[in-house]
Amino acid sequence: MRRSPVLRRIIPVIAVGALVLAACGSDDDASGSADGTLAPTDTASGSTESTDSGSDAGDCSSTIDDGVLTIATGEPAFFPWVIDDDPTTGQGFESAVAYAVATEMGYEGDAVVWTRTTFDEAIQPGAKSFDMNLQQYTITPERAENIDFSLPYFTANQAIVALEGSSAEGAATVADLKDVKFGAQVGTTSLAFITDVIQPNQEPFVYDDNVGAKAALEANQIDAAVFDLPTALFVSGVEIEGSVVVGQFPADAGGDTDQFGFVLEKDSALTACVDAAITVLTESGELDAITQEWMSDFTGAPVITVE
Amino acid sequence: MSDRPTRRERYERARRRRSVAIATVSTIVVVGALIILIPLTPGWDRVRQAFFDGDVFIDTFPGLLDAFWLDVRILLWSTPPILAVSLMIALARNTRSPALFPLRAFAVIYTDVLRGIPVILLVFLIGFGVPALGLSRTWANPLIWGSVTLVLSYSAYTAEIIRAGIEAVHESQRAGARSLGMTSSQTMRTIVLPQAFRKIVPPLMNTFVSLQKDVALVSLIGPVEILRQAGIDKATYANFTPYVAASLIFLALTIPCTRLADWALARQRARTGATTIA
Repeated sequence: MRRSPVLRRIIPVIAVGALVLAACGSDDDASGSADGTLAPTDTASGSTESTDSGSDAGDCSSTIDDGVLTIATGEPAFFPWVIDDDPTTGQGFESAVAYAVATEMGYEGDAVVWTRTTFDEAIQPGAKSFDMNLQQYTITPERAENIDFSLPYFTANQAIVALEGSSAEGAATVADLKDVKFGAQVGTTSLAFITDVIQPNQEPFVYDDNVGAKAALEANQIDAAVFDLPTALFVSGVEIEGSVVVGQFPADAGGDTDQFGFVLEKDSALTACVDAAITVLTESGELDAITQEWMSDFTGAPVITVE
Repeated sequence: MSDRPTRRERYERARRRRSVAIATVSTIVVVGALIILIPLTPGWDRVRQAFFDGDVFIDTFPGLLDAFWLDVRILLWSTPPILAVSLMIALARNTRSPALFPLRAFAVIYTDVLRGIPVILLVFLIGFGVPALGLSRTWANPLIWGSVTLVLSYSAYTAEIIRAGIEAVHESQRAGARSLGMTSSQTMRTIVLPQAFRKIVPPLMNTFVSLQKDVALVSLIGPVEILRQAGIDKATYANFTPYVAASLIFLALTIPCTRLADWALARQRARTGATTIA
Protein backbone atom coordinates (compact mmCIF):
# COMPACT_ATOMS: atom_id res chain seq x y z
CA MET A 1 0.00 0.00 0.00
CA ARG A 2 2.84 2.39 0.75
CA ARG A 3 4.21 2.03 -2.74
CA SER A 4 1.14 3.32 -4.48
CA PRO A 5 1.66 7.08 -4.01
CA VAL A 6 5.16 6.77 -5.34
CA LEU A 7 3.97 4.69 -8.26
CA ARG A 8 1.21 7.13 -8.91
CA ARG A 9 3.81 9.83 -9.31
CA ILE A 10 6.29 7.81 -11.28
CA ILE A 11 4.03 6.28 -13.92
CA PRO A 12 3.11 9.58 -15.62
CA VAL A 13 6.74 10.62 -15.48
CA ILE A 14 7.80 7.42 -17.19
CA ALA A 15 5.01 7.83 -19.68
CA VAL A 16 6.09 11.36 -20.51
CA GLY A 17 9.73 10.32 -20.70
CA ALA A 18 8.93 7.50 -23.07
CA LEU A 19 6.78 9.78 -25.17
CA VAL A 20 9.44 12.44 -25.38
CA LEU A 21 12.07 9.87 -26.33
CA ALA A 22 9.76 8.38 -28.92
CA ALA A 23 8.89 11.82 -30.18
CA CYS A 24 12.50 12.88 -30.44
CA GLY A 25 13.13 9.87 -32.61
CA SER A 26 10.09 10.43 -34.73
CA ASP A 27 10.63 14.18 -34.58
CA ASP A 28 13.61 13.90 -36.87
CA ASP A 29 11.67 11.67 -39.23
CA ALA A 30 8.66 13.95 -39.17
CA SER A 31 10.57 17.13 -39.76
CA GLY A 32 12.80 15.30 -42.18
CA SER A 33 9.80 14.37 -44.24
CA ALA A 34 8.40 17.85 -43.71
CA ASP A 35 11.68 19.19 -45.03
CA GLY A 36 11.40 16.79 -47.91
CA THR A 37 7.93 17.92 -48.83
CA LEU A 38 8.29 21.60 -48.02
CA ALA A 39 11.80 22.29 -49.15
CA PRO A 40 11.27 21.74 -52.89
CA THR A 41 8.34 24.17 -53.00
CA ASP A 42 10.36 26.64 -50.95
CA THR A 43 13.41 26.49 -53.13
CA ALA A 44 11.24 26.37 -56.22
CA SER A 45 9.47 29.60 -55.34
CA GLY A 46 12.74 31.08 -54.08
CA SER A 47 14.60 30.25 -57.26
CA THR A 48 11.85 31.49 -59.54
CA GLU A 49 11.84 34.73 -57.63
CA SER A 50 15.57 35.12 -57.74
CA THR A 51 15.75 34.33 -61.43
CA ASP A 52 12.96 36.87 -61.98
CA SER A 53 14.68 39.48 -59.92
CA GLY A 54 18.35 38.58 -59.78
CA SER A 55 18.92 39.31 -63.44
CA ASP A 56 18.90 43.10 -63.21
CA ALA A 57 17.07 45.66 -61.05
CA GLY A 58 15.34 42.99 -59.00
CA ASP A 59 11.76 42.61 -57.79
CA CYS A 60 11.25 45.82 -55.85
CA SER A 61 7.51 45.51 -55.37
CA SER A 62 7.23 42.72 -52.78
CA THR A 63 7.29 44.91 -49.66
CA ILE A 64 5.35 44.03 -46.49
CA ASP A 65 2.88 46.84 -47.19
CA ASP A 66 1.96 47.34 -50.84
CA GLY A 67 3.46 50.43 -52.42
CA VAL A 68 5.32 51.40 -49.26
CA LEU A 69 8.91 50.65 -48.26
CA THR A 70 9.23 50.12 -44.50
CA ILE A 71 12.73 50.87 -43.20
CA ALA A 72 13.79 50.15 -39.61
CA THR A 73 16.48 51.73 -37.47
CA GLY A 74 17.46 51.67 -33.80
CA GLU A 75 15.56 53.17 -30.87
CA PRO A 76 17.04 55.68 -30.28
CA ALA A 77 19.14 56.25 -33.40
CA PHE A 78 22.40 58.08 -32.73
CA PHE A 79 24.33 60.96 -34.27
CA PRO A 80 25.92 61.01 -36.83
CA TRP A 81 23.91 58.11 -38.25
CA VAL A 82 20.57 59.85 -37.73
CA ILE A 83 20.34 63.49 -36.65
CA ASP A 84 18.09 64.29 -33.67
CA ASP A 85 16.75 60.71 -33.62
CA ASP A 86 14.43 61.57 -36.53
CA PRO A 87 15.20 59.43 -39.60
CA THR A 88 12.34 60.91 -41.68
CA THR A 89 14.31 64.12 -42.34
CA GLY A 90 17.05 62.53 -44.44
CA GLN A 91 19.51 64.20 -42.07
CA GLY A 92 22.33 61.98 -40.86
CA PHE A 93 24.37 59.43 -42.76
CA GLU A 94 22.12 56.38 -42.48
CA SER A 95 18.96 58.37 -43.01
CA ALA A 96 20.47 59.90 -46.16
CA VAL A 97 21.68 56.53 -47.43
CA ALA A 98 18.28 54.97 -46.75
CA TYR A 99 16.47 57.64 -48.79
CA ALA A 100 19.00 57.40 -51.62
CA VAL A 101 18.59 53.62 -51.79
CA ALA A 102 14.78 53.90 -51.53
CA THR A 103 14.69 56.41 -54.36
CA GLU A 104 16.80 54.08 -56.49
CA MET A 105 14.32 51.28 -55.69
CA GLY A 106 11.40 53.47 -56.80
CA TYR A 107 10.09 54.65 -53.44
CA GLU A 108 10.17 58.40 -52.94
CA GLY A 109 9.02 60.73 -50.19
CA ASP A 110 5.87 59.43 -48.52
CA ALA A 111 6.38 55.94 -49.93
CA VAL A 112 9.11 55.46 -47.29
CA VAL A 113 7.86 54.56 -43.80
CA TRP A 114 10.13 54.26 -40.75
CA THR A 115 9.87 51.86 -37.87
CA ARG A 116 12.13 50.94 -34.95
CA THR A 117 13.58 47.59 -33.89
CA THR A 118 16.26 46.24 -31.59
CA PHE A 119 19.12 44.13 -32.90
CA ASP A 120 17.40 40.98 -31.57
CA GLU A 121 14.13 41.63 -33.37
CA ALA A 122 15.95 41.92 -36.65
CA ILE A 123 17.48 38.43 -36.43
CA GLN A 124 14.54 36.62 -34.88
CA PRO A 125 12.89 33.93 -36.97
CA GLY A 126 9.45 34.61 -38.34
CA ALA A 127 7.79 37.54 -40.03
CA LYS A 128 9.59 40.88 -40.01
CA SER A 129 8.06 44.23 -39.23
CA PHE A 130 10.29 45.92 -41.81
CA ASP A 131 11.47 45.53 -45.40
CA MET A 132 15.01 46.58 -44.57
CA ASN A 133 16.86 47.57 -41.41
CA LEU A 134 19.94 49.72 -40.96
CA GLN A 135 21.62 50.48 -37.64
CA GLN A 136 25.31 49.85 -38.31
CA TYR A 137 24.87 46.11 -38.82
CA THR A 138 28.27 44.62 -39.54
CA ILE A 139 28.17 42.00 -42.26
CA THR A 140 29.44 38.62 -41.00
CA PRO A 141 29.03 35.15 -42.52
CA GLU A 142 27.60 33.76 -39.24
CA ARG A 143 24.86 36.36 -39.17
CA ALA A 144 24.19 35.82 -42.86
CA GLU A 145 22.99 32.29 -42.11
CA ASN A 146 19.83 33.67 -40.48
CA ILE A 147 19.30 36.96 -42.26
CA ASP A 148 20.03 38.57 -45.60
CA PHE A 149 22.60 41.36 -45.89
CA SER A 150 22.74 43.89 -48.66
CA LEU A 151 26.07 44.97 -50.15
CA PRO A 152 27.96 47.27 -47.74
CA TYR A 153 27.15 50.97 -47.70
CA PHE A 154 29.98 51.95 -45.31
CA THR A 155 33.31 50.66 -44.02
CA ALA A 156 34.41 51.71 -40.53
CA ASN A 157 37.75 51.25 -38.79
CA GLN A 158 37.99 50.32 -35.12
CA ALA A 159 39.23 53.02 -32.74
CA ILE A 160 40.17 53.38 -29.08
CA VAL A 161 38.71 56.00 -26.74
CA ALA A 162 40.38 56.67 -23.39
CA LEU A 163 40.37 59.36 -20.73
CA GLU A 164 43.36 61.68 -20.75
CA GLY A 165 46.10 60.17 -18.61
CA SER A 166 44.93 56.61 -19.31
CA SER A 167 47.50 53.84 -19.74
CA ALA A 168 46.27 53.48 -23.33
CA GLU A 169 47.32 57.01 -24.26
CA GLY A 170 50.22 57.32 -26.68
CA ALA A 171 49.99 53.72 -27.84
CA ALA A 172 51.62 53.25 -31.24
CA THR A 173 51.37 49.50 -31.65
CA VAL A 174 49.13 46.75 -30.33
CA ALA A 175 51.95 45.65 -28.01
CA ASP A 176 51.51 48.91 -26.07
CA LEU A 177 47.92 47.93 -25.28
CA LYS A 178 48.44 44.55 -23.61
CA ASP A 179 47.95 45.77 -20.03
CA VAL A 180 44.98 48.00 -20.78
CA LYS A 181 41.58 47.10 -19.31
CA PHE A 182 39.13 47.32 -22.21
CA GLY A 183 35.38 47.64 -22.55
CA ALA A 184 33.08 47.27 -25.54
CA GLN A 185 29.50 46.72 -26.57
CA VAL A 186 28.15 43.17 -26.75
CA GLY A 187 27.83 41.68 -30.21
CA THR A 188 29.96 44.31 -31.91
CA THR A 189 33.02 43.76 -34.05
CA SER A 190 34.73 46.06 -31.55
CA LEU A 191 34.46 43.34 -28.90
CA ALA A 192 35.70 40.66 -31.31
CA PHE A 193 38.53 43.02 -32.25
CA ILE A 194 39.65 43.27 -28.61
CA THR A 195 39.66 39.53 -28.01
CA ASP A 196 41.00 38.50 -31.43
CA VAL A 197 43.44 41.22 -32.43
CA ILE A 198 44.51 43.18 -29.33
CA GLN A 199 44.35 40.13 -27.03
CA PRO A 200 44.88 42.08 -23.77
CA ASN A 201 46.06 40.35 -20.61
CA GLN A 202 42.84 41.20 -18.74
CA GLU A 203 39.43 40.05 -19.90
CA PRO A 204 37.44 42.94 -21.36
CA PHE A 205 34.20 44.13 -19.75
CA VAL A 206 31.11 43.99 -21.93
CA TYR A 207 28.08 46.29 -22.01
CA ASP A 208 24.66 46.31 -23.61
CA ASP A 209 25.33 49.54 -25.44
CA ASN A 210 27.91 52.27 -25.90
CA VAL A 211 26.38 54.19 -23.02
CA GLY A 212 27.45 51.42 -20.64
CA ALA A 213 31.02 51.58 -21.93
CA LYS A 214 30.98 55.33 -21.49
CA ALA A 215 29.68 55.03 -17.91
CA ALA A 216 32.41 52.49 -17.13
CA LEU A 217 35.09 54.84 -18.49
CA GLU A 218 33.78 57.58 -16.21
CA ALA A 219 33.50 55.17 -13.28
CA ASN A 220 37.19 54.22 -13.68
CA GLN A 221 36.25 50.58 -14.26
CA ILE A 222 38.02 50.38 -17.62
CA ASP A 223 41.02 52.19 -19.16
CA ALA A 224 39.72 52.35 -22.69
CA ALA A 225 36.76 51.45 -24.88
CA VAL A 226 36.76 50.32 -28.48
CA PHE A 227 34.19 51.70 -30.93
CA ASP A 228 33.96 52.06 -34.66
CA LEU A 229 35.75 55.28 -35.59
CA PRO A 230 32.74 57.56 -36.20
CA THR A 231 31.23 56.58 -32.86
CA ALA A 232 34.62 56.95 -31.16
CA LEU A 233 35.10 60.49 -32.47
CA PHE A 234 31.59 61.45 -31.44
CA VAL A 235 31.95 59.90 -27.98
CA SER A 236 35.26 61.64 -27.29
CA GLY A 237 34.31 64.96 -28.88
CA VAL A 238 30.79 65.39 -27.55
CA GLU A 239 29.81 62.91 -24.91
CA ILE A 240 32.71 62.33 -22.50
CA GLU A 241 34.59 65.37 -21.35
CA GLY A 242 38.33 64.77 -21.05
CA SER A 243 38.41 61.77 -23.36
CA VAL A 244 40.47 61.35 -26.52
CA VAL A 245 40.62 59.01 -29.47
CA VAL A 246 43.92 57.32 -28.76
CA GLY A 247 44.08 55.92 -32.24
CA GLN A 248 42.43 53.95 -35.00
CA PHE A 249 43.39 50.63 -36.49
CA PRO A 250 43.93 50.24 -40.21
CA ALA A 251 41.24 48.32 -42.11
CA ASP A 252 43.66 45.43 -42.62
CA ALA A 253 44.40 45.10 -38.88
CA GLY A 254 42.54 41.82 -38.68
CA GLY A 255 39.28 40.70 -37.17
CA ASP A 256 36.14 41.26 -39.16
CA THR A 257 36.22 44.34 -41.31
CA ASP A 258 33.43 46.55 -40.11
CA GLN A 259 31.31 46.81 -43.22
CA PHE A 260 27.78 48.00 -42.64
CA GLY A 261 24.91 46.54 -44.65
CA PHE A 262 21.11 46.60 -44.67
CA VAL A 263 19.48 43.65 -42.90
CA LEU A 264 16.58 41.92 -44.66
CA GLU A 265 14.54 38.83 -43.93
CA LYS A 266 16.33 35.61 -44.93
CA ASP A 267 15.84 34.97 -48.66
CA SER A 268 13.91 38.23 -49.07
CA ALA A 269 12.93 38.99 -52.65
CA LEU A 270 14.01 42.58 -52.01
CA THR A 271 17.69 41.80 -51.32
CA ALA A 272 18.68 41.75 -55.00
CA CYS A 273 16.82 45.02 -55.49
CA VAL A 274 18.63 46.72 -52.58
CA ASP A 275 21.97 45.39 -53.85
CA ALA A 276 21.25 46.78 -57.29
CA ALA A 277 20.42 50.18 -55.80
CA ILE A 278 23.63 50.26 -53.74
CA THR A 279 25.68 49.23 -56.76
CA VAL A 280 24.19 52.10 -58.80
CA LEU A 281 24.85 54.59 -55.97
CA THR A 282 28.42 53.36 -55.53
CA GLU A 283 29.22 53.54 -59.24
CA SER A 284 27.64 56.96 -59.70
CA GLY A 285 29.68 58.34 -56.78
CA GLU A 286 26.51 59.40 -54.94
CA LEU A 287 27.31 57.13 -51.98
CA ASP A 288 30.77 58.71 -51.72
CA ALA A 289 29.18 62.15 -51.75
CA ILE A 290 26.80 61.21 -48.93
CA THR A 291 29.69 59.73 -46.95
CA GLN A 292 31.69 62.93 -47.48
CA GLU A 293 28.76 65.10 -46.41
CA TRP A 294 28.02 63.33 -43.15
CA MET A 295 31.16 61.43 -42.20
CA SER A 296 34.10 63.65 -43.22
CA ASP A 297 34.49 64.87 -39.63
CA PHE A 298 34.64 61.27 -38.53
CA THR A 299 37.67 59.78 -40.19
CA GLY A 300 40.70 61.52 -38.70
CA ALA A 301 42.73 59.93 -35.87
CA PRO A 302 46.28 58.62 -35.41
CA VAL A 303 46.84 55.09 -36.74
CA ILE A 304 47.92 52.25 -34.45
CA THR A 305 49.86 49.50 -36.17
CA VAL A 306 49.49 45.78 -35.60
CA GLU A 307 53.17 44.75 -35.42
CA MET B 1 -4.71 -8.88 11.73
CA SER B 2 -5.38 -10.72 8.52
CA ASP B 3 -3.31 -9.94 5.42
CA ARG B 4 -6.41 -9.74 3.26
CA PRO B 5 -7.19 -6.18 2.28
CA THR B 6 -10.39 -4.78 3.66
CA ARG B 7 -13.15 -3.65 1.34
CA ARG B 8 -12.16 -0.08 2.02
CA GLU B 9 -8.55 -0.78 1.07
CA ARG B 10 -9.62 -2.52 -2.13
CA TYR B 11 -11.84 0.41 -2.98
CA GLU B 12 -9.08 2.92 -2.34
CA ARG B 13 -6.62 0.92 -4.40
CA ALA B 14 -9.06 0.86 -7.29
CA ARG B 15 -9.54 4.60 -7.02
CA ARG B 16 -5.79 5.14 -7.06
CA ARG B 17 -5.36 2.93 -10.11
CA ARG B 18 -8.04 4.93 -11.82
CA SER B 19 -6.21 8.20 -10.94
CA VAL B 20 -2.98 6.84 -12.33
CA ALA B 21 -4.69 5.74 -15.52
CA ILE B 22 -6.37 9.11 -16.01
CA ALA B 23 -3.16 11.01 -15.27
CA THR B 24 -1.22 8.84 -17.70
CA VAL B 25 -3.75 9.11 -20.51
CA SER B 26 -4.17 12.88 -20.13
CA THR B 27 -0.41 13.38 -20.05
CA ILE B 28 0.06 11.27 -23.17
CA VAL B 29 -2.68 13.19 -24.96
CA VAL B 30 -1.30 16.62 -24.02
CA VAL B 31 2.37 15.89 -24.65
CA GLY B 32 1.54 13.92 -27.79
CA ALA B 33 -0.54 16.79 -29.12
CA LEU B 34 2.28 19.26 -28.48
CA ILE B 35 4.87 17.04 -30.16
CA ILE B 36 2.67 16.50 -33.19
CA LEU B 37 1.30 20.03 -33.49
CA ILE B 38 4.37 22.21 -32.88
CA PRO B 39 6.38 20.85 -35.85
CA LEU B 40 3.34 21.44 -38.03
CA THR B 41 3.46 25.20 -37.44
CA PRO B 42 4.76 27.07 -40.49
CA GLY B 43 7.69 28.65 -38.64
CA TRP B 44 8.92 25.49 -36.91
CA ASP B 45 11.87 24.84 -39.21
CA ARG B 46 13.17 28.35 -38.68
CA VAL B 47 12.59 28.23 -34.94
CA ARG B 48 14.42 24.94 -34.73
CA GLN B 49 17.32 26.37 -36.69
CA ALA B 50 17.46 29.54 -34.61
CA PHE B 51 16.97 28.05 -31.12
CA PHE B 52 18.04 24.41 -31.32
CA ASP B 53 21.15 24.31 -33.49
CA GLY B 54 23.25 21.33 -32.36
CA ASP B 55 26.56 22.64 -33.72
CA VAL B 56 26.16 26.04 -32.07
CA PHE B 57 25.19 24.27 -28.83
CA ILE B 58 28.35 22.16 -28.85
CA ASP B 59 30.54 25.14 -29.76
CA THR B 60 29.22 27.44 -27.05
CA PHE B 61 28.36 25.13 -24.14
CA PRO B 62 31.87 24.83 -22.58
CA GLY B 63 32.36 28.61 -22.63
CA LEU B 64 28.94 29.12 -21.04
CA LEU B 65 29.68 26.61 -18.30
CA ASP B 66 32.94 28.44 -17.64
CA ALA B 67 31.14 31.77 -17.41
CA PHE B 68 28.53 30.24 -15.09
CA TRP B 69 31.22 29.74 -12.46
CA LEU B 70 31.25 33.52 -11.98
CA ASP B 71 27.49 33.43 -11.30
CA VAL B 72 27.99 30.71 -8.72
CA ARG B 73 30.75 32.67 -7.00
CA ILE B 74 28.67 35.86 -6.85
CA LEU B 75 25.79 33.79 -5.46
CA LEU B 76 27.97 32.20 -2.80
CA TRP B 77 29.57 35.39 -1.53
CA SER B 78 26.33 37.41 -1.66
CA THR B 79 24.11 35.01 0.29
CA PRO B 80 25.69 35.27 3.79
CA PRO B 81 25.61 39.09 3.87
CA ILE B 82 22.02 39.02 2.60
CA LEU B 83 20.99 36.82 5.52
CA ALA B 84 22.94 38.91 8.03
CA VAL B 85 21.65 42.29 6.82
CA SER B 86 18.06 41.10 6.47
CA LEU B 87 18.10 39.65 9.99
CA MET B 88 19.34 42.97 11.35
CA ILE B 89 16.67 44.90 9.45
CA ALA B 90 13.93 42.53 10.59
CA LEU B 91 15.07 42.79 14.22
CA ALA B 92 15.28 46.56 13.93
CA ARG B 93 11.68 46.61 12.72
CA ASN B 94 10.65 44.45 15.65
CA THR B 95 12.14 46.59 18.39
CA ARG B 96 9.52 47.95 20.79
CA SER B 97 11.36 50.59 22.80
CA PRO B 98 10.10 54.12 22.02
CA ALA B 99 13.69 55.37 22.06
CA LEU B 100 14.47 53.17 19.08
CA PHE B 101 11.85 54.73 16.81
CA PRO B 102 14.53 56.14 14.42
CA LEU B 103 15.86 52.60 13.98
CA ARG B 104 12.37 51.30 13.14
CA ALA B 105 11.85 54.17 10.74
CA PHE B 106 15.16 53.42 9.03
CA ALA B 107 14.19 49.77 8.65
CA VAL B 108 10.84 50.70 7.10
CA ILE B 109 12.45 53.13 4.65
CA TYR B 110 15.18 50.60 3.79
CA THR B 111 12.69 47.88 2.85
CA ASP B 112 10.29 50.24 1.11
CA VAL B 113 12.91 51.90 -1.07
CA LEU B 114 15.16 48.97 -1.92
CA ARG B 115 12.26 46.60 -2.51
CA GLY B 116 10.46 49.17 -4.60
CA ILE B 117 13.24 49.79 -7.15
CA PRO B 118 13.73 47.13 -9.83
CA VAL B 119 17.04 45.30 -9.29
CA ILE B 120 18.11 46.10 -12.83
CA LEU B 121 17.92 49.84 -12.12
CA LEU B 122 19.73 49.47 -8.81
CA VAL B 123 22.53 47.63 -10.60
CA PHE B 124 23.07 50.55 -12.95
CA LEU B 125 22.65 53.24 -10.29
CA ILE B 126 25.02 51.68 -7.78
CA GLY B 127 27.31 49.84 -10.19
CA PHE B 128 28.17 52.93 -12.26
CA GLY B 129 27.18 55.66 -9.83
CA VAL B 130 29.18 54.85 -6.73
CA PRO B 131 32.52 54.17 -8.50
CA ALA B 132 32.11 57.42 -10.48
CA LEU B 133 32.52 59.29 -7.20
CA GLY B 134 36.25 58.75 -7.74
CA LEU B 135 37.16 55.34 -6.38
CA SER B 136 40.47 53.66 -7.18
CA ARG B 137 40.50 50.92 -9.82
CA THR B 138 40.45 48.16 -7.21
CA TRP B 139 37.43 49.58 -5.39
CA ALA B 140 35.61 50.57 -8.56
CA ASN B 141 35.39 46.89 -9.54
CA PRO B 142 31.87 46.21 -10.83
CA LEU B 143 31.86 42.80 -9.14
CA ILE B 144 31.98 44.55 -5.76
CA TRP B 145 29.20 47.00 -6.52
CA GLY B 146 27.08 44.48 -8.36
CA SER B 147 27.23 42.21 -5.33
CA VAL B 148 26.48 45.12 -3.00
CA THR B 149 23.39 45.84 -5.10
CA LEU B 150 22.18 42.27 -4.82
CA VAL B 151 22.74 42.33 -1.06
CA LEU B 152 20.81 45.60 -0.68
CA SER B 153 17.87 44.51 -2.80
CA TYR B 154 17.58 40.94 -1.60
CA SER B 155 18.12 41.78 2.06
CA ALA B 156 15.10 44.10 1.81
CA TYR B 157 12.96 41.23 0.53
CA THR B 158 14.38 38.72 2.97
CA ALA B 159 13.93 41.09 5.92
CA GLU B 160 10.20 41.15 5.21
CA ILE B 161 10.11 37.35 5.11
CA ILE B 162 11.93 37.13 8.42
CA ARG B 163 9.66 39.77 9.94
CA ALA B 164 6.60 37.82 8.84
CA GLY B 165 8.11 34.72 10.42
CA ILE B 166 8.75 36.54 13.67
CA GLU B 167 5.20 37.89 13.74
CA ALA B 168 3.82 34.44 13.05
CA VAL B 169 5.20 33.23 16.36
CA HIS B 170 2.35 33.55 18.83
CA GLU B 171 2.61 36.36 21.36
CA SER B 172 2.07 33.83 24.17
CA GLN B 173 5.54 32.41 23.40
CA ARG B 174 7.10 35.75 24.22
CA ALA B 175 4.89 36.20 27.25
CA GLY B 176 5.82 32.76 28.56
CA ALA B 177 9.54 33.37 28.05
CA ARG B 178 9.44 36.79 29.71
CA SER B 179 7.45 35.39 32.66
CA LEU B 180 10.23 32.84 33.16
CA GLY B 181 12.61 35.76 33.63
CA MET B 182 14.24 35.82 30.17
CA THR B 183 15.38 39.17 28.86
CA SER B 184 13.90 40.56 25.69
CA SER B 185 16.97 39.62 23.63
CA GLN B 186 17.14 36.13 25.19
CA THR B 187 13.50 35.65 24.26
CA MET B 188 14.14 36.71 20.70
CA ARG B 189 17.27 34.61 20.34
CA THR B 190 16.21 31.36 21.96
CA ILE B 191 12.40 31.31 21.68
CA VAL B 192 11.13 33.47 18.80
CA LEU B 193 13.81 33.22 16.09
CA PRO B 194 14.14 29.41 16.08
CA GLN B 195 10.39 29.04 15.61
CA ALA B 196 10.28 31.85 13.09
CA PHE B 197 13.05 30.38 10.93
CA ARG B 198 11.36 27.00 10.85
CA LYS B 199 8.28 28.67 9.42
CA ILE B 200 10.10 30.64 6.75
CA VAL B 201 12.38 28.00 5.24
CA PRO B 202 10.18 27.57 2.13
CA PRO B 203 9.89 31.30 1.28
CA LEU B 204 13.61 31.72 1.96
CA MET B 205 14.39 28.93 -0.50
CA ASN B 206 12.10 30.60 -2.99
CA THR B 207 14.00 33.86 -2.65
CA PHE B 208 17.28 31.99 -3.02
CA VAL B 209 16.11 30.52 -6.32
CA SER B 210 15.14 33.99 -7.48
CA LEU B 211 18.58 35.30 -6.49
CA GLN B 212 20.28 32.55 -8.52
CA LYS B 213 18.80 34.07 -11.65
CA ASP B 214 19.16 37.73 -10.72
CA VAL B 215 22.91 37.26 -10.26
CA ALA B 216 23.05 37.52 -14.04
CA LEU B 217 22.09 41.22 -13.78
CA VAL B 218 25.64 41.98 -12.59
CA SER B 219 26.69 41.45 -16.21
CA LEU B 220 24.98 44.76 -17.11
CA ILE B 221 27.90 46.68 -15.62
CA GLY B 222 30.67 44.75 -17.33
CA PRO B 223 31.62 41.32 -15.96
CA VAL B 224 31.13 38.53 -18.48
CA GLU B 225 29.03 35.87 -16.76
CA ILE B 226 26.81 33.28 -18.42
CA LEU B 227 24.01 35.58 -19.61
CA ARG B 228 26.53 37.97 -21.17
CA GLN B 229 28.57 35.14 -22.66
CA ALA B 230 25.36 33.79 -24.19
CA GLY B 231 24.65 37.27 -25.56
CA ILE B 232 28.11 37.44 -27.12
CA ASP B 233 27.71 33.98 -28.63
CA LYS B 234 24.22 34.86 -29.85
CA ALA B 235 25.59 37.88 -31.69
CA THR B 236 28.53 35.91 -33.09
CA TYR B 237 26.38 33.12 -34.51
CA ALA B 238 23.21 35.21 -35.02
CA ASN B 239 21.49 32.29 -33.34
CA PHE B 240 19.57 31.94 -30.08
CA THR B 241 20.80 28.44 -29.21
CA PRO B 242 23.31 29.82 -26.63
CA TYR B 243 20.33 31.20 -24.70
CA VAL B 244 18.74 27.75 -24.66
CA ALA B 245 22.04 26.27 -23.48
CA ALA B 246 22.32 28.92 -20.74
CA SER B 247 18.75 28.18 -19.66
CA LEU B 248 19.61 24.51 -19.27
CA ILE B 249 22.63 25.38 -17.14
CA PHE B 250 20.49 27.64 -14.94
CA LEU B 251 17.89 24.88 -14.59
CA ALA B 252 20.57 22.45 -13.45
CA LEU B 253 21.05 24.72 -10.44
CA THR B 254 17.51 26.00 -9.83
CA ILE B 255 15.53 22.77 -10.21
CA PRO B 256 17.28 20.97 -7.33
CA CYS B 257 16.71 24.10 -5.23
CA THR B 258 13.02 24.37 -6.08
CA ARG B 259 12.58 20.64 -5.39
CA LEU B 260 14.25 21.17 -2.04
CA ALA B 261 11.96 24.12 -1.32
CA ASP B 262 8.89 22.05 -2.23
CA TRP B 263 10.09 19.25 -0.04
CA ALA B 264 10.58 21.66 2.87
CA LEU B 265 7.10 23.03 2.30
CA ALA B 266 5.53 19.56 2.20
CA ARG B 267 7.35 18.60 5.37
CA GLN B 268 6.08 21.71 7.08
CA ARG B 269 2.51 21.04 5.99
CA ALA B 270 2.76 17.51 7.30
CA ARG B 271 4.12 18.75 10.61
CA THR B 272 1.56 21.46 11.12
CA GLY B 273 -1.17 18.95 10.35
CA ALA B 274 -2.62 20.62 7.30
CA THR B 275 -4.38 18.04 5.15
CA THR B 276 -4.41 17.93 1.38
CA ILE B 277 -7.79 18.43 -0.26
CA ALA B 278 -7.86 16.97 -3.73
